[in-house]
Amino acid sequence: MSTLLKVQGVHTFYGSIEALKGVDLEVGTGEIVTLIGANGAGKSTLLMTICGNPHPRGGRIYFEGEDITGRPTYEIIRRGIAQSPEGRRIFPRMTVLENLQMGSITARPGSFDTELERVLTLFPRLKERIGQRAGTMSGGEQQMLAIGRALMSQPKMLLLDEPSLGLAPLVVKQIFEVVKEINREQKMTIFMVEQNAYHALKLAHRAYVMVTGRITMSGTGAQLLADPEVRAAYLEGGH
Amino acid sequence: MTALPLSRSRGIQWSAVLREAGLTAFVAFLLTVPLVGLRTVDRPTGLTIDARFDEVLVAVFLVFIGRLGLGLIREGQALLVLVLALLATGVGIVAPLPTQVLEVILVGGGLVIAIRATVTLVTNRSTLSQAERDKRMDVVAAKVQHASRWLAPIGIGFALIFPFLPFADRHLIDIGILLLTYIMLGWGLNIVVGLAGLLDLGYVAFYAVGAYSYALLATIFGWSFWVCLPLAGLFAALSGVLLGFPVLRLRGDYFAIVTLGFGEIIRIVLLNWYEFTGGPNGIIGIPRPTFFGIADFTRTPTDGMPAFHELFGLPFSSLQRIIFLYYVILVLALIVNVFTLRVRKLPLGRAWEALREDDIASASLGINRTNAKLAAFAIAAMFGGFAGSFFATRQGFISPESFTFIESAIILAIVVLGGMGSQLGVVIATFLVIGLPEVFRELEQYRMLAFGAGMVLIMLWRPRGLLAHRDPTVTLGGARKAPSGPGSAAAGGVS
Repeated sequence: MSTLLKVQGVHTFYGSIEALKGVDLEVGTGEIVTLIGANGAGKSTLLMTICGNPHPRGGRIYFEGEDITGRPTYEIIRRGIAQSPEGRRIFPRMTVLENLQMGSITARPGSFDTELERVLTLFPRLKERIGQRAGTMSGGEQQMLAIGRALMSQPKMLLLDEPSLGLAPLVVKQIFEVVKEINREQKMTIFMVEQNAYHALKLAHRAYVMVTGRITMSGTGAQLLADPEVRAAYLEGGH
Repeated sequence: MTALPLSRSRGIQWSAVLREAGLTAFVAFLLTVPLVGLRTVDRPTGLTIDARFDEVLVAVFLVFIGRLGLGLIREGQALLVLVLALLATGVGIVAPLPTQVLEVILVGGGLVIAIRATVTLVTNRSTLSQAERDKRMDVVAAKVQHASRWLAPIGIGFALIFPFLPFADRHLIDIGILLLTYIMLGWGLNIVVGLAGLLDLGYVAFYAVGAYSYALLATIFGWSFWVCLPLAGLFAALSGVLLGFPVLRLRGDYFAIVTLGFGEIIRIVLLNWYEFTGGPNGIIGIPRPTFFGIADFTRTPTDGMPAFHELFGLPFSSLQRIIFLYYVILVLALIVNVFTLRVRKLPLGRAWEALREDDIASASLGINRTNAKLAAFAIAAMFGGFAGSFFATRQGFISPESFTFIESAIILAIVVLGGMGSQLGVVIATFLVIGLPEVFRELEQYRMLAFGAGMVLIMLWRPRGLLAHRDPTVTLGGARKAPSGPGSAAAGGVS
């Protein structure tokens, strides 16, 4: 398996506060990799740093072997990284279809119809709601839309920032099943940041644990799931 | 509102209604004392102040009655109030009143209350909550917006034949030109404010750049209007890019303040660069446009060009040039309109709307925010420049006086009142903001008061603008063809 994304010793600052203190991480082609950690550990910061906003102050980021450190966001996205941002950030006053169309704004010409078909098969619920204003949908549907929108650009890699945030357990399960399906059917590489450690670890091929800006542990999903330290910190308490 | 059935069964709650009316009268008293009660009079001994407390009393009394009427409508006495309000309107029109203010209050207030009473009688609307009311208004707005499909061709058709209608005299055509100029400016600014969501308070700067570009090119080099028009647009667009580069990193309020400053900078440069722009004296003798360089509109052209009336075998009339100017601005305005309609379906327009909705999400979709915003700025500036050079050629004289902040504010008011992003809204708002003050010129100094009252009413009834309803740019049936093909090809250019 070739490495698709490589993060090497990345330091990111917000002003004088060091949010990432030298992060190393790799995502291979076709993998589901998840990053778990508590609130404020720097998980979302890492995702955003990969996308070039903010830029890291130290370290390098490689995508498909090419150095993308310091490149502008739109260029990084156009290289084939799609993001479902934290808090979903769909366009609430636009219809579902318009939202999906926005996702295809950087896609190859002529790909819209096939991609739309694929996304709507993946999320039949979105097909039902196609003409509805996105802001009037439930949280779960909005999350589906955010993922669908990201897929519309035909990315090589999908970044998911806490897809389970604020959703009911049953909906979380649905979302993770679709994530698994996207990976299986489309051979999509997925890098996912999650607080919902149990579901995320069960789903992921490999996983990293982040504590205050540093990667403290890594292994296969199953390994971390069985690790007593991980269990104590992230899993005990009713998941 | 939920207490309504209760109060109805108990009869009218006089104490509550009276207290409300009293409170309103008190506010009216505070407002009318300085506005109506005091008048400066120029006497041989100097400027003195006259008190007019009888008028204050009458005004306060009328406001009290009016509020009482509104209260009674809510208490289920709409019919009675309707009769009384119509009576008041009648009195206002027929009876000789000491001042015009009283007439305005009596007629306007009576009518508003009568309308309220009628609406209550017909639909029982006063029992609805604010949210339900908003929803209803949104449905109406959506209907109007949909009606624009056939309304727009009718409107354009009317605009096309308007100069040849029997009642269209010079004065009306002049108002038509004025309205179309502001409609064009409104549509232009709508690209920045309505589509891209950037609050631009200095739009008049580009209008000024366009006007001065044409005026200077025409007076110094003697170039014709039709050569200068694209150049003026180009210069305005360049100034838009120049402004855009440093400020597009800013967001929201900060952005608005910088554009405000830019508008003022342009005006002050024009005012002080005496050798180049003529300073406060402005530029005089700006050439009038020719008939596409073929014919001239004067009776006996001096530079060897044939006269328009001779070329077409018509009797000479000074109206011919006015009508020609009218069509020029009509076509220019329609160009902006068609551009906006088309661009919304292209990746550039979609990128703008994405930016307006959510800046951060747009970035995560790979939109080059800087380029998209710059494009919005430059294109809107270009249209502003076109309108500016038209203004210069129509007036024949320009000075920095014409490009003050109030112009930017009026254009912005048109866009906001119309409902951000709504093309039809801009037209309606222009008629209200520019047209009404023209019609009510007889009201003299109360013109601006009526204008202000109108603005307040619109903001009360339609806080998001008259036609704040956004139609999706794409539906599933139509999606098959529209979005992908030309879309992505141009996306590369956008970003």
